[in-house]
Amino acid sequence: METHSKKMAEVKLFRTWSSVFALRIVWALKLKDVQYDTIFEDLSNKSPLLLQYNPVHKKVPVLVHNGKSVAESLVILEYIEETWKQNPLLSEDPHERAVARFWAKFGDEKVLPSIWEACNSEGKEQEEGIVKAKENLKYLEEELKGKKFFGGEHIGFADIALGWLAEYKNVFEEVASMKVIAEDEFPLLSEWKRTFADAPIIKENWPPRDKLVTRYQAFRETNLLNKAPK
Amino acid sequence: MRKFITHKYLFLSISYFDCAYSKRVELALRLKSIPYEYMEEDLSNKSQLLLEYNPVHKKVPVLIHNGKPISESHIILEYIEETWKTAPKLLPEDPYERAKVRFWGSFIQQQLFESILKLVTRHGEAQEKAATEVIERQGVFEEGMKKYFGGGASFTNEKNWGLLDILMGSTFGAYEVHEETSN
Repeated sequence: METHSKKMAEVKLFRTWSSVFALRIVWALKLKDVQYDTIFEDLSNKSPLLLQYNPVHKKVPVLVHNGKSVAESLVILEYIEETWKQNPLLSEDPHERAVARFWAKFGDEKVLPSIWEACNSEGKEQEEGIVKAKENLKYLEEELKGKKFFGGEHIGFADIALGWLAEYKNVFEEVASMKVIAEDEFPLLSEWKRTFADAPIIKENWPPRDKLVTRYQAFRETNLLNKAPK
Repeated sequence: MRKFITHKYLFLSISYFDCAYSKRVELALRLKSIPYEYMEEDLSNKSQLLLEYNPVHKKVPVLIHNGKPISESHIILEYIEETWKTAPKLLPEDPYERAKVRFWGSFIQQQLFESILKLVTRHGEAQEKAATEVIERQGVFEEGMKKYFGGGASFTNEKNWGLLDILMGSTFGAYEVHEETSN
């Protein structure tokens, strides 16, 4: 028991309070019941520890386990999965694992940037952005056919990676006065959002919504200003 | 047409040098002595099979194993590693070592390879900027290799090739040709 608790105490997560990438690490650790300490970073004033633990990208999240650091959220998720084997996030089957990884990557490379882009534009540009975002979301809708979660019956790797959608989408929609996931257009995705957001561990760990709105409102204003013709 | 559908292993790709992604998969299959069938795609005229097996991105490479498709080269490499346990192992056993390989694999892909692509596809000032970026990132990469892998000849500290070797080989193997085509 002593070794176990020692192991548990030596997990640290460097993060910001709002980052979608950090949130997925929080969920994974909590779903596996791993104890850890959180260090909140101010990215305008990065701590020497962060620079030491992620010298290449100097970004969060970074997981430090027994003094060794792991960076890049999807790499961290794989590390967590391999280190703490309880409540597995990935199937044993190699093909299902490949599918989960595919959707996680798709979320990061296509879905998130397209929604972010729509959130940070207006007028015609935003309309086009929303169309693009919806094209990406259609694939997710298709993938959910016959499934409760992307992982099947239980929350899995892809759900964790895409989970930001369940709450942040509402935030982005409010901030940018747009609608990206309408119930009638995306019934399965809408249902998934509700089910995921309501799951015990997930529900307890959303950052405060009003703070998120304020934060992303500020981003939007800055980004729109930068885009305006000078 | 029916012939390759009934084969157990199938591999869709293009043969040009610039498809480093396909090369990676080929290297992995060959290293592990996995028999496969290779099907070339004309990306200006994509086959029905490609559109069916990779409807989201409609890109190569795609590996088809027992009728099930896997796309995205780094995901295919992990799949190969997990499915065929023949030597050599592409990833180390220890989770932390694996995380290092994955991190640097991602770096090779996102930072190095993409800035090299910019270098060969851009001109003038944009190309110069891309060149500076490539040099800078190669510097970071070399530092990283020295610090995290002891700077040995093979990234997995074994005599055999591992995942990073494959990524490096496929990314930089075509480097000379890139140099010629973009001066």
